[in-house]
Amino acid sequence: MDLLYSIFIDPFVQMATAPDLLAQTLWEGLVGGMLYALIALGFVLIFKASGVFNFAQGIMVVFAALTLIGLHKLLVQNGVSNATAAAYLALLLTIGVMFVLAFAVERLVLRPLVNQPDIILFMATFGLTYFLIGFGELVFGGDPKIMITEDLRLPTGAITYKALGGLLSLQRLDIAAAVIAAIMVTTMAVFFSKTRIGRALRAVADSHKAALSVGISLEQIWVIVWFASGLVALVTGIMWGARSDVSFALEVIALKALPVLILGGFTSIPGAIVGGLIIGIGEKLAEFYWGPLIGGGTDSWFAYVLALVFLLFWPHGLFGEKIIERV
Amino acid sequence: MDVKRLIWRGAIAAALGLAPLVTTARAQDIYVPLLTYRTGPFANSGIPIANGMHDYLIMLNERDGGIGGVKLNIEECETGYDTKKGVECWEAVKGKNPAVVNPYSTGITLQLIPKAAVDKVPILSMAYGLSASAVGEKFPWIFNPPATYWDGLSIVFKYIGEKEGGLEKLKGKTIGFIFLESGYGREPLPLLHQFAKEYGFTVKEYSVAAKEMQDQSGQWLAVRRDRPAWMIMWGWGAMNPTAVKRASENGYPMDRFIGIWWSGSDDDARAGGQAAKGYLSLNINGLGTDYPALQDIKKYVVDKGKSQVEKDKFGEAFYNRGVYNSVIVAEAIRNAQKVTGKKVVIGEDVRRGLESLRISEAQWKELGLPGFASPITNLSCADHNGHHAAYVQQWDGTKWVKVSDWITPMKDKVRPLLEEAADDYVKKNTGWPKRSEACDKST
Repeated sequence: MDLLYSIFIDPFVQMATAPDLLAQTLWEGLVGGMLYALIALGFVLIFKASGVFNFAQGIMVVFAALTLIGLHKLLVQNGVSNATAAAYLALLLTIGVMFVLAFAVERLVLRPLVNQPDIILFMATFGLTYFLIGFGELVFGGDPKIMITEDLRLPTGAITYKALGGLLSLQRLDIAAAVIAAIMVTTMAVFFSKTRIGRALRAVADSHKAALSVGISLEQIWVIVWFASGLVALVTGIMWGARSDVSFALEVIALKALPVLILGGFTSIPGAIVGGLIIGIGEKLAEFYWGPLIGGGTDSWFAYVLALVFLLFWPHGLFGEKIIERV
Repeated sequence: MDVKRLIWRGAIAAALGLAPLVTTARAQDIYVPLLTYRTGPFANSGIPIANGMHDYLIMLNERDGGIGGVKLNIEECETGYDTKKGVECWEAVKGKNPAVVNPYSTGITLQLIPKAAVDKVPILSMAYGLSASAVGEKFPWIFNPPATYWDGLSIVFKYIGEKEGGLEKLKGKTIGFIFLESGYGREPLPLLHQFAKEYGFTVKEYSVAAKEMQDQSGQWLAVRRDRPAWMIMWGWGAMNPTAVKRASENGYPMDRFIGIWWSGSDDDARAGGQAAKGYLSLNINGLGTDYPALQDIKKYVVDKGKSQVEKDKFGEAFYNRGVYNSVIVAEAIRNAQKVTGKKVVIGEDVRRGLESLRISEAQWKELGLPGFASPITNLSCADHNGHHAAYVQQWDGTKWVKVSDWITPMKDKVRPLLEEAADDYVKKNTGWPKRSEACDKST
């Protein structure tokens, strides 16, 4: 009886008696969810264009963040005295590096594999992952780096105010992360659904051969998509890096996008947003209110269980395209 | 074409001809493999330690021509803090007569413990690994000086007791324990719960999975709700700097947040910047470069470009931890040479060297490391740990500062629990061999 009470009644009593903590939990979940959505977006873009789960997305986040910090250091050492100017110059150069990366991936990895089975492309992204790990460690070393948060003029500190009978504390960086992630996701969603390139992307996703036959340049689409995905990786790297530090451990965080994609659908940008928010808020609520019942640590598996439950009712995810195959 | 072939054949013949010479030369070395991780999610903790371990041994080669006139053959094997890779490293090095193996991971150590006696290679898990392996009668091939995790926890509680005005003052309070969800993170839990019973406080556990290391917002929200009087951390890798950041963001008083000695690198606190000011951690080694031996490392290794350490990180807490590890390795080899009368020693000899190792205060000074660590005085056939002292350091916003004297662990409480845990380990591992290794008179 006690157990049933602690599962079904007590968490809700806690929510009602300490609404400030509930609000704080929801806020943390919202921020986490937006950042998950951002990571998931990188996967969705590439999946839509090439039908492949890009295993390298996580390392692209690390690589982009390390490039930004490395270039900033290089610029400061070479006489760019204004740290903010150096930071934004480094940002521009990093965007350039991500474009070069997208171009190189298209030329060296994707082009030779046109019309190969999806699993070949998937394995190629494994290869790309290990290449970027090795290359990144060779160039930047494995030491953790501190994100150039202040030089990028990202806000720091917290806004604290009394509300709901307690104290609410909102990190300015988290607010910025949520806003930037929302802008980024919306821009991408509009770009890939309302523009000519977006329509071409959908055509490529349906069939490489059919897209080629109507004059869509597969190479161009792939470069654009990988570049967009690289930009998403850069923003993700800045935001996650500013919340902790920038090291190769950041790569692991990308795995969090997997349940988001299962839940939202691999091909849907709105799905990535909704999935991210459900997972972000859901896992924080579960850890905070139900976690203590089983010794905590629920956030390592809760997202996957939730995704599994959704799969039972929506096998293609909430917003995923239904694949109908006729025999 | 013929010329090319001739060159190739010549090169192969030369290589084959030289091979026996190379092998002979290697046979005159003492082989010291270092299982390190300079890559992967835990590299931020692994790199400084790897640098410190490597550089001290290289310095001995450069300055003294090795140990006892015998050169050290130092070889790193990259584990990425991955247990599978660690076991692969063991398999790769065990046939080359290693003097000793340092796994540098509790997970890897746990896997290697049953192999050590079979392959006759001692394992040095310096202040990590299985706490119960301190019991030498049950684990003759495993050594974990200067202190076990349980000693570490008891030192933390001695410090807390001093600040609270006695451990009995903890009655009715809550102590939070945030840990990496792994063998390492869970290691001190039995003693923590024992203390909770004894002193009447409540334990709140906050587990952090490896893939959540860089988030932790859920855990720190729970800390905010539970309001523990003290927070204790058993973290590693990217978990540490993130926890320090989250603690300060959630307004947790940093001077009541204390990490084990593996949660106290400069990078762990640096990411939190000024907000991390006040964060505490245990330490078992000295800080900075103001030691003659460190200056020798600089002169013979760093300045000559033979080290991978970044110059501004030379002498930081974890670099010096690596140096400490290599001091134990080197002194165990030196002692093994003395005990066995051999110059080129292998694992079986170094096991004896470790069992009777002594590094007195005077010897630390002779080594060029005065006051660097607690004197190693208690190792024996029965006790492979010694339960030596540690101190508390505090982050001042830019660097660590020593804020306590050397604190000895509660050996009277820890040792019986270790004996019990060792018996339990043996019972669970049917067929665990009885110790057959003789005990040297000197011990």
